Order: sequence, then structure tokens, then C-alpha cells
Amino acid sequence: MSSLAIQHSFGAKNISTGYEEKLILKDLNMEIPAGKFSVIIGPNGCGKSTLLKSFARLLQPKQGNVLLDGKSIYELPTQLLARHIGLLPQSPTVPAGITVADLVARGRFPYQTMFGQLKKEDYEAIAMAMDAMGVSELADQPVDSLSGGQRQRVWIALVLAQDTDILLLDEPTTYLDIAYQVEILDCLAALNRMKQTTIVAILHDINLSIRYADHIFAMKKGNLVAEGNPKEIITPELMREIYGMESTILTDPQTGDPYVIPRSVVK
Amino acid sequence: MKKEKTTHTYNFIWGFGAELLLLLLGAVLSVSYGSKQIPLTEILSFVTGGDVDSFLGAVIAARIPRTVFGLLAGASLGISGALMQSITANPIADPSILGVNTGASLFVVIGIAYLGITSGIGLIGLAFIGAMLTAVFVYGIASVGYGGANSMKLALAGAAVSTALGALVNTIMLPDSHVMKEFRFWQVGSIGGGTWEDVRLLLPFFGVGIFLALCCGASLNVLSLGDEMAVALGVHVGLIRLVSAFAGVLLCASVTALAGPIGFVGLMMPHLVRQLFTGDMRIVLPMSALGGAALLTLSDVAGRVLGRPGELEVGIITAILGAPIFVWIVWKSKVKSI
Repeated sequence: MSSLAIQHSFGAKNISTGYEEKLILKDLNMEIPAGKFSVIIGPNGCGKSTLLKSFARLLQPKQGNVLLDGKSIYELPTQLLARHIGLLPQSPTVPAGITVADLVARGRFPYQTMFGQLKKEDYEAIAMAMDAMGVSELADQPVDSLSGGQRQRVWIALVLAQDTDILLLDEPTTYLDIAYQVEILDCLAALNRMKQTTIVAILHDINLSIRYADHIFAMKKGNLVAEGNPKEIITPELMREIYGMESTILTDPQTGDPYVIPRSVVK
Repeated sequence: MKKEKTTHTYNFIWGFGAELLLLLLGAVLSVSYGSKQIPLTEILSFVTGGDVDSFLGAVIAARIPRTVFGLLAGASLGISGALMQSITANPIADPSILGVNTGASLFVVIGIAYLGITSGIGLIGLAFIGAMLTAVFVYGIASVGYGGANSMKLALAGAAVSTALGALVNTIMLPDSHVMKEFRFWQVGSIGGGTWEDVRLLLPFFGVGIFLALCCGASLNVLSLGDEMAVALGVHVGLIRLVSAFAGVLLCASVTALAGPIGFVGLMMPHLVRQLFTGDMRIVLPMSALGGAALLTLSDVAGRVLGRPGELEVGIITAILGAPIFVWIVWKSKVKSI
């Protein structure tokens, strides 16, 4: 848990995928920068979630491949892969009555034997993950009694306990108030800084994306439209291209980052 | 972290201890109670190989296989229910409510009436096929339409299929006085005819089923977080579903083949364990087995007490106990989901 994350080369190579007949991603290439905090932005239905699912081997591409250090993730043993790549889906299920500590402990599954006994290092990893997310005090509370923000911190503690080098998050801040959003993103940024965990998150708030991302991927209709440092790629033209929206871009007086003010939808 | 862990272990030890005591009580009562009462001291000296009146000894020897069979059957049904509830993510899943036991019964009755099958192993095979087909069928019906297989739809589909198949069972049995006579008690679920032969037949299925179930425990825990989370944590989702469904159907089908459809044990025990202790399947599975064994033997004894001078079949007792609990569970989950 305390050791640094391994830096992998990880990305999608010419993938086309979708559900049934409909193609959602079309021949998409994406190389995830190792050790960085990347954010994927784009309008609803542009294929962000589909891409993240492909990265997490939930959806096998019809063509192309997702490669981890040059190997197809579909050819790696799933339990081994679970020690390298973690995922927080959009709406995981909370089992009725489960306590915070028990839920976080399930993040240790990839390290367990068949009968699932926890070892000393598992307990350490669980304790550290709960500490990092500030939920240690809640250890014995049932998760279904927590507020949305607390609950999301517990889920992130679970994927922290999983202790992967790469962490994928599908809209981790949705349904949270602004303070909780900042708090969750601060925790992820700290994880990225301290352990050099590679983070890939889908976010809807463009300004929070700019503030936290080292690298932004902008998607539209199943394709990657632009990528790079937010300072360089966030322009009124890009906003018009991906969202069909006119905007004014200011500069954050403290950080110098771009700040997007939405104006009108053109379409 | 440490403190939390020890409290849990303590709770579980308490729970397992209580279950073992109940199980032991059930076993002793089951051997001692009947048309001829046997004092505890006689049972003790029989078990330890001491001096026993030869008549009493014969009575004890005759009641032991029934007791052992009841323990195995109860454990099988308890685990089977826990597995079905876990893989369907549904608190009311149970071999009887899903109609799986009735499906097994139908195939057994067909085998007896039309195919002339009487061997225990043949009946278990038939019961397994019937149970598997019914499980797939009921789950399929419940999955149709909006919202997938939720509690209400599963219960309705199970009840409808179970009633229809039960009617078929009656249609086959009623005109045939021979079959009727032989399987009247079997039809309501009875362990009264349990012999060493039945125990021998049940044992391999029991062993395989329980072994597979326990192997799946940790994976089922992760599966309860949703399929996406489970895949990301390294669970072979399809394989685990298949193996646990196989184990669950195997356990209830082999019991049904030999004892008839005994309902509600698989519903009640896992529920009780989750309410009192934990939803951790590594604990729920063995606790449901021990609890199911205790519940079935105690119900069997209760049937003998209430049905004096004859006896009430154990399937009747478990239904009387289980029905109100079923209503309570549905009521509770309805309140939650609305």
C-alpha cells in the first residue's frame, strides 16, 4: 500500500466496440499517460463510459485491443489484472446492512485465496484506505445509513484498498454537492501525487476537470477529438466542437487555468 | 480495525455455538421422541457402546438414520437457499418459492409412474433435471419485462409455476392408487422414511454441493457489489454464477428426490443469519447449513409431537413456520422498495 504504483503503458489500440449492432467507439486510439491524473470529457452518449468499460475488460472490443504493457488485457488472468487496474463504476450495489469496514475489505479480493481469509497486510491496506478517505470513524456503521458523499468516499476507499497501479472512475462526483466533489477530487489528486497512481476519471464538470486534470481527453461521437494539457486544449472552438455550445473562457486568477463560462447552445 | 475484527469473531462463535446446541438438541430429541420414549441415559449408553435394553437399542438404531438424514437434508436446504438468494440478489429466493422443488417432484413422479424408475440414484438424476429446468424457466419468466427479475416478479413466477407443476403432479398421482399410496407422504415432504440407504445416496451430492458452495463464498461476496465491480475485482462472474446455481440446485434436488419437497428451510435460515449476524457469505453459508439441519430435525420432532398418535410430515411443519416469515420478508422488502 505504501509502495509506489508501477508505471504501465496502458491504452486502447484501434478499438471499435458497442452494444449489439450499434458501434459506439470507432477505431479509437488512446494512450493513457502513466502516473498522471487524466480526465475524459465529452457530451452524453459520446462513448466515455463505453471506453472506460473497455479499459476495465467489462466490454470486449469488436475490433482492436486494450493493451497493458503491450499485452491484451483479455489474455491476462483476471485476478492478476485486478491488482493492476481498478474500477469504480457509476452505480455499484451496496449489499443490505454491510458495514463500512466489511465493504472496504472486499477490495482485497484480488489478493485472497479461494476461501478469502484476510492476512495482516490486507488489514493494513484496509485501515490505510479508510484513513486516506477519512472514513475510519465510520468503520462499524452500515453503509446504507450514510450520506451520498460519505458513501462515495467509502467506495473510493474500497478501490484504494485494492491497491492498483491504474484507477478508472466513472463519474465519481455525480450527485454530490460541490464541496463533496472537491473533497473527492482532492483525495484522488493526493493519491496520484503520493503514490503516482495513474488515474482516469470521467467528469461532467468542465471547470473541475480543468483544475484537477494533468491531461484531458475530449471525446465526441465515439472519437477522440483533442487531448493534452487543459491549459493548451480548452478553447471556445473545442467547446463548440464537442458540446455545440458557445462559451467565454476566462483565466483563473489564482492558478492561471482556463475557466469556461457557458453561453448558448448552437447545435 | 483490530477491535472491530474481534467483536465480529466473537459474535460468530456465539452464533455457531448456539446453532450447534440446537442441532444437538434436535438430534437427541429426534432419537428419543416417538411412540416409544427413550430416556437420555439410554441414548448416551447406546452411543458410547454401553449396556442397553435390546428392544430400546433396536428403537434407537431405527431412529438414528432418520435423524442423520434429517440433519443432512436440512443442511442441504439451508445452503441451497443461501446460494439462490445470493445469485439472484433476491431475499425471497428459495427452492420452494422459486418452484424448483415442485419441478424436481414432477420429474420424480413422472419417473415413478411412467418410466418405472425406482432406484434412488435414478430419482436424484430426474429430480436434478426437473429442478434445473424449472429454475431456468422461472428465472426466465421473471426476467421478462421492465426491471429484470425483482423480488415480486420472482415470487409470482415461482408461485404460478409451482402451482401449475403441483397440479400436474396430482394429475399423475391421483388416478394411480399404487403411486398415490406410496408417495402420499413424500408429496408433502417427509423424512420419516429416512434410511441408511438414503443417507448413503445423499452423502456424495451433499459433499459436492457443500464443497462447491463454500468455494464460491468469497466470490459471491464480491458479486453482491454488482457485476461491474465484481469483474474489476477479478471475479469470473459467469463461472461463479454457474457453479453456485449448480450447487444450489444439486443440493435441493437430491433432498427432494428422497424426501419430497420440503419448503421454507432454505428461505428462513439464510435470512435469520443475515438479520442476526452478517451478510458475509463465508459465514452465511456454513451458518445456514447448521441452522437448516437444526431447524429440520426440530421441525420433524415437532411434527411427531403435534401429530400424536401418528405424526405430521416435516414439510407441513416447515410450511406452517415459514409462511408467516415469508410474508414478513416480502412486506419488509416492499416497504423498502416503494
